[in-house]
Amino acid sequence: MLFPMKILVTAKRVEDPESKIKVKPDGTGIVPEGLKYKINPFDEIAVEEALRLVAKHKGETVVVSIGGKEVHEQLRHAMAMGVDRAVWVNHTGPLDQMAIAGLLKKVCEKEKPDMAILGKQSIDDDQNQVGQYMAEWLGWGQATFASKHESLDSDAEKSKTPALVVGADGKTVKVVREVDGGLGTVECTLPAVVTTDLRLNQPRYAPLPGIMKAKSKPIEELTPAGLGVDVAPKLTVLKMSAPAPRKAGIKVPDVATLMQKLKTEAKVI
Amino acid sequence: MPIVLIYVEAQPDGNLRKASLHALAAGAQLAQATGSELHGAVLGKDANKLADMVKGYGLKTVHAASAPHLEHALAETHGPAMAELAKSIGATWVGAAATAVGRDMLPRAAARLQAAMATDVMGISGSGNDVVLTRPMWAGSVMADVKLNTPVKCFTVRATEFPAAQAGAAGEVKAFNAPAPTVPTQFVEFKEVKSARPELTEARVVVSGGRGTKGDFKEIEALADELGAAVGASRAVCDAGWVPNDLQVGQTGKVVAPQLYIAAGISGAIQHLAGMKGSKTIVAINKDPEAPIFQVADYGLVADLFKVLPELRAAIHAAK
Ligand SMILES: Cc1cc2nc3c(=O)[nH]c(=O)nc-3n(C[C@H](O)[C@H](O)[C@H](O)COP(=O)(O)OP(=O)(O)OC[C@H]3O[C@@H](n4cnc5c(N)ncnc54)[C@H](O)[C@@H]3O)c2cc1C
Ligand SMILES: Nc1ncnc2c1ncn2[C@@H]1O[C@H](COP(=O)(O)O)[C@@H](O)[C@H]1O
Repeated sequence: MLFPMKILVTAKRVEDPESKIKVKPDGTGIVPEGLKYKINPFDEIAVEEALRLVAKHKGETVVVSIGGKEVHEQLRHAMAMGVDRAVWVNHTGPLDQMAIAGLLKKVCEKEKPDMAILGKQSIDDDQNQVGQYMAEWLGWGQATFASKHESLDSDAEKSKTPALVVGADGKTVKVVREVDGGLGTVECTLPAVVTTDLRLNQPRYAPLPGIMKAKSKPIEELTPAGLGVDVAPKLTVLKMSAPAPRKAGIKVPDVATLMQKLKTEAKVI
Repeated sequence: MPIVLIYVEAQPDGNLRKASLHALAAGAQLAQATGSELHGAVLGKDANKLADMVKGYGLKTVHAASAPHLEHALAETHGPAMAELAKSIGATWVGAAATAVGRDMLPRAAARLQAAMATDVMGISGSGNDVVLTRPMWAGSVMADVKLNTPVKCFTVRATEFPAAQAGAAGEVKAFNAPAPTVPTQFVEFKEVKSARPELTEARVVVSGGRGTKGDFKEIEALADELGAAVGASRAVCDAGWVPNDLQVGQTGKVVAPQLYIAAGISGAIQHLAGMKGSKTIVAINKDPEAPIFQVADYGLVADLFKVLPELRAAIHAAK
């Protein structure tokens, strides 16, 4: 038999990865005009994985996002995919990874999930830290970079062992991880933190009935003060700048010219 | 004297992971900027061999912890060990290379140290209490100068941005007792992807293929072998399962900076550029003259890769 699972997932609001990010001339931030926002792609993968696990084990999924009112969009997106309910930690202003991890720790202590699935990194900050901080502060195990090519397209793919397998007694999870030089597997005692890599799964599209249903699913509001977390930044961004541009290159008409350039100009062959 | 402590990583085969030498170079720069000593930490089932090997790389002291529970670099064992070592010697900066192990383990050590952390540090400036770290955000579209405001500070190092530490005077090796694990995570297995080609992050030349190859990597591999190069790939290629995940170059894959990077059938999405635009010379081969990869390429060839890769290989062979 399978034990029901309660899974907590996150939905950070980030710039669409297709957007062109430009730095403000004064270096205080990025130019907001023309940007579109999405759920962090890694978090969408986390949501998908949680939904698959709960489809198998039964139980409940809860999504958390920390930010201003606008993060309701990402919470609704996760609920449209199928997540049962949402927790919104209302805060505007900069938040670093220690603050986020501190808030998520408190939410976990309140919600007591069997597993928290987060993205391995947010595509704006690119820090790759929150899940690890949170796991240590909770005293939980961690399985970062969960990954295994799995699509639901073919029967061959469907019959593969998934990257996350919960033990028969409901007390452990085995996770396949993408690490340097290959794939590693660890087994964590539950509750545990898992963070997702790109190839864990292919997130579903939110179905139309799901989008309708998400509108009436509950969003609970919490605040850092209410959770008793000091969110004063421990990491401050002093200045942002554009990366140094590469010097303009040239087009070469054929392989012969390319070879000559590589030999005499670049001197790499 | 304050201490900068760098985690020295062992590969699964027990040898030194070369990225750690670059982390040591960054550590030396930081030690200089903050008037600190540079120390290293080696953790493993038997850490002494590796500790002896690295002690000559400008380290004052190498702390070696040998214990059965340290055999695999789990965050739940190596993280607390690094934190407790940092506490016991009074290290104020704790760093590692931004490898899979570094990224997994060091934030856990930072959490235990109540330390703020910067990932993928590319530059170090300022001095004393005003050290500023430069790191990428938004897949390298932005360079951010950041300051860490906690008493102990953690960081991972982007290996391509720092030279490898050079061997010099040898420091001392000191044993330390790592704490027993309190979180019962178990290592199950490691499935290595074996390759006879050079390691992607260490190769002098990298030949990468994208979706334009349609999964046919024969010409990419043949050219790589002619050049003694490593093979890389875009996300699209790894996602499709055409090559192992480990070959992905980019924001969420490997960061490479070889002397020569050849991209064939890769469009040049910002997430891919994030992993290769530090290469010395970039060659792009793409059918589409408007492909963004040409904006970072030193030499662009608008052509069908299936036609020109064999030509290029023959030309390189002839030039030998
Ligand atoms: C969160 C996130 C993280 C990501 N991380 C990464 C990452 O780390 N690394 C990465 O690479 N991508 C990453 N991506 C994906 C990235 O955005 C692109 O989708 C991906 O790089 C595209 O791969 P590609 O260039 O091979 O494919 P495409 O964009 O489809 O380009 C194929 C190119 O091949 C050319 N072509 C086709 N046939 C031929 C031919 N016969 N001869 C020559 N040229 C031909 C086409 O003109 C085209 O330019 C990430 C995306 C997200 C959202
Ligand atoms: N504001 C936020 N709200 C919810 N989850 C977040 C937030 N910021 C970060 N996270 C989670 O932490 C993960 C890692 O982020 P980072 O350490 O910032 O790269 C993300 O993929 C999210 O799952």
